[in-house]
Amino acid sequence: MTTVWPQLEPLLPRVQKPARYIGCEDGAKAKLPDPKLVSWCFTYPDTYEVGLPNQGLQILYEIINERPDARADRSYAPWTDLEELMRSHGVPLFSVEHHTPCNEFDVIAFNLSAELTYTNLLNCVDLAGVPVRTADRDDSHPLIMAGGHCTYNPEPLADYLDAVVLGDGEEVVGEITDVLVKHRSQPNASRADLLVALAQIESVYVPSLYEVTYDGPSVAAITPIGTEAQSAPSEIEKRTVADLADWPYPKQQLAPLTEVVHDRLNVEVFRGCTRGCRFCQAGMITRPVRERPAEQVRTMVAEGLERTGYDEVALTSLSTADFSDIADVVTDIIDDGDKADKGPVSVSLPSLRVDAFGVGIATQLQRAKRTGLTFAPEAGTWRMRQIINKLIREEDLYEAVDAAFANGWIRVKLYFLIGLPSETDEDTLGIAELAKNCVAIGKKYNNRASVTASVGGFVPKPFTPFQWFGQNTQEELQRKVDLLRDATKKMRGVNLKWHDPKATLAEGIASRGDRRIGPVIEQVWRNGGTFQEWSEHFNLDLWLDAMADHGLTVEDAVYRHRTEAEFLPWEHLSAGLHKDFLWQDWQDSLAEVGLEDCRWTPCYDCGACTGYGIEHVVASAKPPAGGSQGTGQDLASGGAVPVVLLTSSERQSATA
Amino acid sequence: MSEGDKPSGGEVNAQPEDEPKKPNLHAQRDRFFIRVRFSEFGKVRFISHRDVARLFERALRKLGLPVAYSEGFSPRPKLSFGLALSVGYESDAEYLDVELTEKVDLKGLAQRFTDAMPNGITVTEIIELDAGAASLQQAIVSCIWHIEVLGMSIAEMEAITASTMAATELPTERVRKGKTKVSDVRPSILGIEVVGPTENGVAIAAHLATEQLSMRPSELLVLLGIEPDQEGRITRTHQWMNLDGERCEPICLSEPSSKNETRDVFPGAFESTDSDTQADELHGVS
Repeated sequence: MTTVWPQLEPLLPRVQKPARYIGCEDGAKAKLPDPKLVSWCFTYPDTYEVGLPNQGLQILYEIINERPDARADRSYAPWTDLEELMRSHGVPLFSVEHHTPCNEFDVIAFNLSAELTYTNLLNCVDLAGVPVRTADRDDSHPLIMAGGHCTYNPEPLADYLDAVVLGDGEEVVGEITDVLVKHRSQPNASRADLLVALAQIESVYVPSLYEVTYDGPSVAAITPIGTEAQSAPSEIEKRTVADLADWPYPKQQLAPLTEVVHDRLNVEVFRGCTRGCRFCQAGMITRPVRERPAEQVRTMVAEGLERTGYDEVALTSLSTADFSDIADVVTDIIDDGDKADKGPVSVSLPSLRVDAFGVGIATQLQRAKRTGLTFAPEAGTWRMRQIINKLIREEDLYEAVDAAFANGWIRVKLYFLIGLPSETDEDTLGIAELAKNCVAIGKKYNNRASVTASVGGFVPKPFTPFQWFGQNTQEELQRKVDLLRDATKKMRGVNLKWHDPKATLAEGIASRGDRRIGPVIEQVWRNGGTFQEWSEHFNLDLWLDAMADHGLTVEDAVYRHRTEAEFLPWEHLSAGLHKDFLWQDWQDSLAEVGLEDCRWTPCYDCGACTGYGIEHVVASAKPPAGGSQGTGQDLASGGAVPVVLLTSSERQSATA
Repeated sequence: MSEGDKPSGGEVNAQPEDEPKKPNLHAQRDRFFIRVRFSEFGKVRFISHRDVARLFERALRKLGLPVAYSEGFSPRPKLSFGLALSVGYESDAEYLDVELTEKVDLKGLAQRFTDAMPNGITVTEIIELDAGAASLQQAIVSCIWHIEVLGMSIAEMEAITASTMAATELPTERVRKGKTKVSDVRPSILGIEVVGPTENGVAIAAHLATEQLSMRPSELLVLLGIEPDQEGRITRTHQWMNLDGERCEPICLSEPSSKNETRDVFPGAFESTDSDTQADELHGVS
């Protein structure tokens, strides 16, 4: 078996945080390399600390390793210090389990969660000794694949990825493995044959089988090529796992030796979100809501804590306090922790609702340690929050903040976006006003009370109602940041933090780009632009120079409003959402009309359920206490909503 | 959850240390202490001291030991380590004191502990500790390091060490707390011995002080004029305490006493090599 460990080991004393490269996590699979097995290397194109906790990769890693005919390792982007040594010593990208060179795997599969990691993807492929462009690869090279939220517009990387998976990966990863197993039994089959075979799998997109025609700054059409009309589907649908209960993964979450972000047990309690925030790509593309049965959540938490020794568990989802009957679920988890008697356990909800109910839960939960409390009102005025459909009233926020300070917190963090559609300076300055009022509430309880307002520039994303919106210019975002800096300068107790508008612009280039952006990303990478998510490495000039060298402008690619008739670069892909639903929601937005949570109201026919013949799945007939946030809806009728209810007994009889 | 269960914020930073001792919650409860000796070899040598602490916290929870927790908003298990081991160094002699709320049976505990830790960390001994025992931080006065120097012969190494040991003073620029200062580091070098050849060079055992002017192995190598790329494996083999003038280890491994008596100044300098290979084999890399 090949391992680069003997070459790597002497380099490690010379780099920062060498523990990033040794693997050895609790829960790691040590299935030995075996040429008979189809092999995957799941790779996160950022540092180990950022990539290791990624639940998507951990789920697929386990599913593949459970198969008798396949195995999977993991890899992460080496930090620049090690990369330099690897290149000078001829050490290729390696997996952390066995330090196997990544080009010895059948597939290197990337998770794409952020556009600014695209250059790292190219760097990882290159470090693995694989040509970065699909056209330059041959039968000897691994397949380069990607999944994750960014793949809903994979076009900027279309010339670099052999195949892309849309949506939930649990089922697809197995279907791809089946195709790879079959391919091995056909020694005469070529890489081209394999790509065509992969394109037949539902939700797998093979970009090289499509051709793009352009119409000025926009795309005219993306159509399958090849003489056989059957070579690839004209539209690729996302995959949706109908019931999370069938997929209790990761069963053995990785517990690393060194500190990583989200260093705790993570249990996904539901997927999907029906709040309908119009800026939120995650909420739109993961519909419908699929809750995990409460009993399964409880088991996964108890077993995970027992196995890993963690003292903290996060119940993850896009809005965990909206989980049906969340109060009972957390009470059970705390009771189980007390019974296990292994020290205090704290439960955290990474996304807190902006109301007193959310704070009440947080107070109850954070026993072992108290972290800060974060709320995301997203916009400074009610008008703006109607436009983005984040229907939180000012009094909801004040009530939540009051409850937080009353319960002993002294620092509260608020998240906001700037550069939203039709935003005026009054809306922007509303952020400072909200923060100031929150501090005033805090001072009633503690003179040291402070509020951090964290402000990010809005980047329109594919498959959202805002996908047509022209992003604010870098200068406009900077002006708004400056407005807020001036406004908050004299506000005692208000701290302002902001995301660099330059980085927002670079993210915008990749977010809605077409294939013409690919060479831009490649040039940024070739000129040393890796780790663009990291402020110490981010360099906007690399991006702007590359755009200019390829005859492209940010005006066309980023700042331009798209029209209704325009063919969008992701229009051959489908997240289930009807384009006319998104357009109507965009028009409603501009008319300042909000849309209520569809889990508790009649269906708007966005397409996510009806198109795939699936429905929302909720764990309890009991809607979350405290009301659906700010929508003014009476949830007493929650039991009568058009959803599938899963009780544990029903589940047992269904699977029996 | 009842009101009474809420963490009470008032107890954070409740008492400055120099105030006269008042009876507090701690004093009213019985406390028990254990001292753990462990080794760290192979890939795990690349994790930091902080990482080791986190791993022990998780292991203690897995084992369900009745660990005492600090009070306040963020209760932490009460662990105290000896001297930190630098990233990249191995060790045969690391120590950890754990405060418990009740007595535990030590039989078989070392093995269970080892099983709860990652490959490469082995708990070799656990003893009960008197409540009044000196803390590791206070009591450790020196360490013995086994250092491999690559690309050097025994004769060359002996010449270097001899001249170093012969010096009456060694004024050296040292950076401490961000300030550069010239100090005589000769008193910090308690002994150096060339132990023998290795595959790629030579091994020395160095006895270095840890109090007052403490000295790290890397600083010694600079002093000896050894280039960074000549630095091979570095292993801590002993930590020594000074108890009423007597030198002893925080835990002596249970060995026949006759062997202890015959130990020279640098006992067991080469003992690490076997477990070293072992740890790597466990990871399937050999």
